Amino acid sequence: MSSDRSGEALDRLMRSAQYFFPGEQSPDRRVLYRDGGRAAEEFYRERWRHDREVRSTHGVNCTGSCSWRVFVKDGIITWETQATDYPSVGPDSPEYEPRGCPRGAAFSWYTYSPTRIRYPYVRRPLLQLWRQARARSDDPVEAWQWLTSDPERRALYKRARGKGGFVRATWREVVELVAAAQVDTVKRYGPDRIVGFSPIPAMSIASYSAGTRYLSMIGGTISSFYDWYADLPMASPQVFGDQTDVPESGDWWNAGYLIVWGTNLPITRTPDAHFMTEARYRGQKVVVVSPDYGDHTKFADDWLAAVPGTDGALAMAMGHVILTEFYRDRRVPRFTEYAKTYTDLPFLVRLRERDGAYVPDKFLTAADLPGADEEAAEFKTVLLDAATGEPVVPNGSLGFRWTSPEDGPRWNLGLDDVDPLLTLYGRPGGEAVAVDLPRFDAGPEESGGAVRRGVPATRVGGHLVTTVFDLVMAQYAVGRAGLPGQWPTGYDDADTPCTPAWQEAVTSVPAKAAARVAREFARNAERTGGRSMIAMGAGTNHWFHSDQIYRAFLSLTMLTGSQGVNGGGWAHYVGQEKVRPLTGWFHLAFGLDWQRPTRHMVGTPLFWLATDQWRYEAFPADVLTSPLGRGRLAGRTLPDLNALAARLGWMPSHPTFDRNPLDLCDDAQRAGKDVADHIVDELKAGRLRFAAEDPDDPANFPRVLLIWRANLFASSMKGHEYMLRHLLGTDDAMTAPETPPVLRPQDVTWREEAPVGKLDLSVAVDFRMTSTCLFSDVVLPAATWYEKFDLSSTDLHPFVHAFNPAIAPPWQTRSDFDIFHTLAAEFSRLAATHLGVRRDVVAAPLAHDTPDELAQPHGVVRDWKAGECEPVPGRTMPRLTVVERDYTKVAEKMAAVGPLLDTLGTATKGVTWHPGEEIDDLRARNGVVRGGVADGRPSIARDDQFCEAVLALSGTTNGRLAVASLRALEKRTGVPLADLAEERSGDRITFEDTRVQPRAVITSAEWSGTESGGRRYSPFTVNVERLKPWHTLTGRQHFFLDHDWMAEFGEQLPVYRPPLNMLAHVGDPRRNPAGHPELVVRYLTPHSKWSIHSEYQENLHMLTLFRGGPGIWMSPLDAEKIQVADNDWIEAYNRNGVVACRAVVTHRMPEGTVFMYHTMDRHLNVPRTETSGLHGGGDNSLTRLLIKPTHLIGGYAQFSYAFNYIGPTGNQRDEITVIRRRAQEVDFQ
Amino acid sequence: MKVMAQVAMVMNLDKCIGCHTCSVTCKQTWTNRPGTEYVWFNNVETKPGAGYPRRYEDQEKWKGGWTLDRRGRLRLKAGGRLRKLLTLFHNPDMPSLDDFYEPWTYDYQSLTTAPLSDTFPSARPKSQLTGRDMRPVHGPNWDDDLAGAAEYAAADPNLRGLAERVRLEFEHTFMFYLPRICEHCLNPSCVASCPSGAMYKREEDGIVLVDEDRCRGWRFCVSGCPYKKVYFNHRTGKAEKCTFCYPRIEAGQPTICAETCVGRLRHLGVMLYDADAVLDAASVQDDKDLYEAQLSVFLDPHEDWVREAAARDGIAHDWIEAARRSPVYALIKEHRVALPLHPEYRTMPMVWYVPPLSPVADAVHATGYHDDDPDRIFAAIDALRIPVEYLANLFTAGDTAVVEGVLRKLTAMRGHMRAKQLGDPADRRLLERAGATADGVEDLYRLLAVAKYDERYVIPKTHAEGSGALMAQHCSLDRPGGVADLASHDEVDPAPPELPGLAAPGGGAHFRDSDGQVRFNLLGWNGSAPAPGLFGGTEGSAP
Repeated sequence: MSSDRSGEALDRLMRSAQYFFPGEQSPDRRVLYRDGGRAAEEFYRERWRHDREVRSTHGVNCTGSCSWRVFVKDGIITWETQATDYPSVGPDSPEYEPRGCPRGAAFSWYTYSPTRIRYPYVRRPLLQLWRQARARSDDPVEAWQWLTSDPERRALYKRARGKGGFVRATWREVVELVAAAQVDTVKRYGPDRIVGFSPIPAMSIASYSAGTRYLSMIGGTISSFYDWYADLPMASPQVFGDQTDVPESGDWWNAGYLIVWGTNLPITRTPDAHFMTEARYRGQKVVVVSPDYGDHTKFADDWLAAVPGTDGALAMAMGHVILTEFYRDRRVPRFTEYAKTYTDLPFLVRLRERDGAYVPDKFLTAADLPGADEEAAEFKTVLLDAATGEPVVPNGSLGFRWTSPEDGPRWNLGLDDVDPLLTLYGRPGGEAVAVDLPRFDAGPEESGGAVRRGVPATRVGGHLVTTVFDLVMAQYAVGRAGLPGQWPTGYDDADTPCTPAWQEAVTSVPAKAAARVAREFARNAERTGGRSMIAMGAGTNHWFHSDQIYRAFLSLTMLTGSQGVNGGGWAHYVGQEKVRPLTGWFHLAFGLDWQRPTRHMVGTPLFWLATDQWRYEAFPADVLTSPLGRGRLAGRTLPDLNALAARLGWMPSHPTFDRNPLDLCDDAQRAGKDVADHIVDELKAGRLRFAAEDPDDPANFPRVLLIWRANLFASSMKGHEYMLRHLLGTDDAMTAPETPPVLRPQDVTWREEAPVGKLDLSVAVDFRMTSTCLFSDVVLPAATWYEKFDLSSTDLHPFVHAFNPAIAPPWQTRSDFDIFHTLAAEFSRLAATHLGVRRDVVAAPLAHDTPDELAQPHGVVRDWKAGECEPVPGRTMPRLTVVERDYTKVAEKMAAVGPLLDTLGTATKGVTWHPGEEIDDLRARNGVVRGGVADGRPSIARDDQFCEAVLALSGTTNGRLAVASLRALEKRTGVPLADLAEERSGDRITFEDTRVQPRAVITSAEWSGTESGGRRYSPFTVNVERLKPWHTLTGRQHFFLDHDWMAEFGEQLPVYRPPLNMLAHVGDPRRNPAGHPELVVRYLTPHSKWSIHSEYQENLHMLTLFRGGPGIWMSPLDAEKIQVADNDWIEAYNRNGVVACRAVVTHRMPEGTVFMYHTMDRHLNVPRTETSGLHGGGDNSLTRLLIKPTHLIGGYAQFSYAFNYIGPTGNQRDEITVIRRRAQEVDFQ
Repeated sequence: MKVMAQVAMVMNLDKCIGCHTCSVTCKQTWTNRPGTEYVWFNNVETKPGAGYPRRYEDQEKWKGGWTLDRRGRLRLKAGGRLRKLLTLFHNPDMPSLDDFYEPWTYDYQSLTTAPLSDTFPSARPKSQLTGRDMRPVHGPNWDDDLAGAAEYAAADPNLRGLAERVRLEFEHTFMFYLPRICEHCLNPSCVASCPSGAMYKREEDGIVLVDEDRCRGWRFCVSGCPYKKVYFNHRTGKAEKCTFCYPRIEAGQPTICAETCVGRLRHLGVMLYDADAVLDAASVQDDKDLYEAQLSVFLDPHEDWVREAAARDGIAHDWIEAARRSPVYALIKEHRVALPLHPEYRTMPMVWYVPPLSPVADAVHATGYHDDDPDRIFAAIDALRIPVEYLANLFTAGDTAVVEGVLRKLTAMRGHMRAKQLGDPADRRLLERAGATADGVEDLYRLLAVAKYDERYVIPKTHAEGSGALMAQHCSLDRPGGVADLASHDEVDPAPPELPGLAAPGGGAHFRDSDGQVRFNLLGWNGSAPAPGLFGGTEGSAP
């Protein structure tokens, strides 16, 4: 602030105060009053007075799910404070009250703010074209076809995207336009070319479901978000066979030792952080591992400042210490028992000879034993009985899950009299053999090298085998006398991977501190029965190799018997947000009551192809493979592997084929063939291809994108600038070179000219003007969270509670629910002419928690296209299912609970039950539809009715179904479970209940933990206490993964993989104008203290409480190098784009690393950059997608696909950027 | 001896997560209106740091609060009435808007209304005062989470004399958060500074308020408050300040900042104190004695004689009972873990703080760890990152022993509770070193850790039965046999003592100080009557 300007402001203040007042003065010249008294106190009393309080919450992706009291005064929303009436969690624990954070507390600002979207908007060039088109044709669908069929017309409105020019339109006109575009797209290209994006259903269940239910009815593609956000911890499906299941925050209270590792609890779990601060008083020790001194570090007893991205090395060293001190030098009975019962450590792995030593190969299964011919033998893993030394096929493995043995269910962890042998070490008849194991810490190459170690081995059924435990000991470099290979000399041996001294060189955490924390963590678990916990999050989960980092973390919890124990195990909190009423939500959201399946799509490959980031890959896939593999991926590129994953049925792939799936059905009919047979024949003949094999063919473009409850283009679009160019066709600041010819894919078609502006229509539904709205063609004004009914739940607390309207949607806003029903009605109307009843063929990947898990034994990869096997739908390629769609009945179906729930029941995580009584109950509660396709069905035409149905159909909110679900699971496992829910079998949480008070959910088969008897929720407590298997190959938690590709990439076991060496891949990014110092730094994007992703980021309160706009945090050491002072304007650029923002300089940042808060929008206090001349940019202007090939694996045991359960993560943390000071005069015009 | 009651607050900084929810809910409720854009009744500061307004703790610069004159008598640091008169139109101790910040907004609507152009729109900052373009360079929380980066640390007076200990380097980083509201002092210098007599301390609950009807905008309260917690509304030309949410307190509800504190670190409760002892306590010679001096003013509600005296002085039974259950009393007086903020200002603040623990200073060599004993997991308090001297500068006028005592007690509580969790025998030596007992730390644990709503906030409701409001609400009672009728009997009966909350008129507010001067006792003054002699008799006449 210049002194001039402040003087002026001060003047204004003074002027307004400078007056003399009438009144009688006392002798000492102080005024005396005769009247007044304390009447002035009325001022603040009046301010406080209000008409009413309404309970609602915030539908934002933060896992908070906080219940709030919204205050209304004179019909205006004024402010909000937290509800404090959560059900008690018990006398000896802190309660959940109050839940909330400064962001939520600032929400009411939006209601009447100038950034509120009050009316429907369309950008002028499109609206003009549309009106022109409609003037030419009475038929809106024909009008859209005319508008989009001409390249010049297309370019005209696409080039204008993001550049202002919004014009108000009427709801009627806009809805017609949007519906016509969709009907035309279904007709011309196929329904799978209509893509919907909305994340995190739990944050507003009905609002999410309104859109996905609509898309499911028309056959649109529904993008995943959890993997796309890089919030999915891929280690979870790999190790647990579970999407993510974590303790509620109240369970932190039960931990005796807490490592906070990559999650800044006060910032990102604001309402929950108190459980951590309070548990310290109960005697909990808190250790924070963080590269900077963050808000959470304040609470730590120890701060371990690991270099960003090296957390895996620290965890491996901690594992080394625990295995050394608690498994080798001393045996802890509880740890050993746990390892034998609940992990794959005792299972046998075949060893394969390679270069004079051995490498781990595949799990030994019943099929490898002499004389085995039992069902699913390839999925029954084997261990040795310690007593007899004989191989045993214990209960619980995948082979028992989908078969029905005559002697009753055997899918359980009961060991009967078997004592699993953990190690072959010291057993008579064994032999010690050398094994080669991968290491990635040495040298500049991603592929790393090998280290020779040794394991005790024996022969079973002619196979040389060892146990997973013995391999783990070798991997963690825990030496035992007599074993061959190189072993460390001690903790201080800095040259050998996995020692504390080795990790010190990698992470900079002192070796002694690493060893001490590991020892304390395990010792605490020993003393407390496993109450050692690791809270982890984006800081360790947003890396390219996060799955390996997490596997190293999870190993610590498994080795200490902490997983499945209250107060212990992993506590992963990034995104996710558990939809507690899972079954009701899932079936209604995806229209499974009317037709199955729906088109779920993995977000990362979807957008990677759609935005053409695949054309800019700098290195082929085999750069990442281990030299110890078979070399099967030599020369393969990422686009080729992605196409492989599509055609082998591993991952979903929508748009699916290079032809309209409706036309494919018609073609088959014409040919008189079954649709699936027809498709297989066409594929084999090469006449039909997967769209992923030619993503730049105009026939394969996504054409319409519907975005609601999301800021897709800015917040989550890694490779934002690539998107601007290829998907939207507007200006961008990207400079990356295309993949050079030598590195281009072989199976995937490379078109010389890259498409620009693939998307015909982008529709954003929101209540605030985000970057996504600004770049979209149509913006629809949404109701806020204080203006509608909805439901909220989260993993952080065990309650479901309601949104309620405090006021009616103001101006022309409407709820998401209302908007999609409006759209459905218009679509149905237009479809009568253009679509009618059509047959659609849906290609769905091999599904998790179904017998599809048995499709590809041993994870051996066979490509039918390469002639390695036949294309068999549901086995070697996706399942093909024909769905009949009456496109004229979309709206009617959306508004009623469909009949398939009565006939097929509901299925969740492989367990099916029938909600017949609930359907009848819903008829009574919600009323019945009369006439039409849904005649006699329960109505869900209104949002409150929809919420009622979700609650009625879920076990967690309906005691009868909770018991039914557990009984169904009892049948499959043979272990008692139903008693867990019986105490609440009569409970039925209605929507009205949730409006009155947050309600605690009921234990059901939908989740892996039990809350019986008022316990805090912790995942896998049912597995541990009731011997229910995990949904993995062995039925146990996995250290070892034997899929072909895991071996190729050297990741069969937990291993440290450093951050990608981007400098080596893309070269020095500096452009170095003469005399202008520039610095290359690690670019991290942690979650913001002042927003939830981009939400609240433009909220004036939040902007006032920090710096008023985007900034990059850096160390004073780095700032000095480029002559930057605090609050200077700087620019950060790399090949992906550029950002101009302010510098935040503080010594709490480590040298060489900068932070820019995650998901910054690019529309506020963002000037033109010197680098591009455009206003720029957001944090994602500097990122791009990097797909890890192992995330594409599917079709095998726990690697089989489920929505948001598995898939390539949209990670971004390995990126580097250049930072420079820029001219301090900035231009916003 | 005059027993009075005050609703006071303790904030446990050891639990503060620095989230600023308190600031936002307070702002939204109270100061979200024209004229108070830059006003935050409640704010949260990162320490070390410059604070809001910047450098407010530097009383050598701002001259807030009280000081002792050469004769050891309490005087306003900014000088008495004479100096005030001389500086009525130019107060040299007045912080400028620059010291707070110039509030800004953005041209948000331009995002929607931007005409079609060749580039992406961007909303830019605009001054809320002038409407012109501006570049924000300061805010109410500008140095959040910076741990006192160089230029902000330089503005933190609490770092004075610590240059040797505090190095602003990555390895030595420390920080914590300090949420602040008005201190509602027992000896408020803002009230004493007001030339218009527009500020008062409520008799019934000790809340310090500005009488908006009387305020004439001189702003000596702004400069007189050493905590800079009185603000100037530039629209109305009047002072405004934290009201301790009296409309809620009167109804037995916690303040907004307390109830919405998701760190659950705020406690509210009644303190009984001897109003007649305040002046002497505020006048002790050595700054370091002020903490004990203020403690000595507080009366123990568990003592029969105190309760009797309180009843005699007109404090209602339920208020006395609330005082016995007061979490604030327990933390301040019984457990002695809460400390006053800057006692050296001599205002006798009534918002107290539990100082924070911090991570060990050196992860490898921290004392208190034993490599051979993995069960000893807590480090000694002398190995912590936050220098005890720094905390002492905030809470004890530099007396480190007091702060160490608190930190030792918190650590002992953790050690004791851990042993209890593990089923280990209690460590007597640990407790003894902290001057604690097993029962004591277990009670403290319940208060600080379990901290149920009803135990965090013990707030008696205001007695309104004698006020005019009753008549307005229940006019049907205004008939024979109704309240009005009963009231007439009071005229013949001996007058009952005034109850807190009855808007008692002033009176008995004068006392003779140790120099024989007749002085005005602010503590008994409810703002409805003149307050002559506010500045002491020696300056009794105008020049």
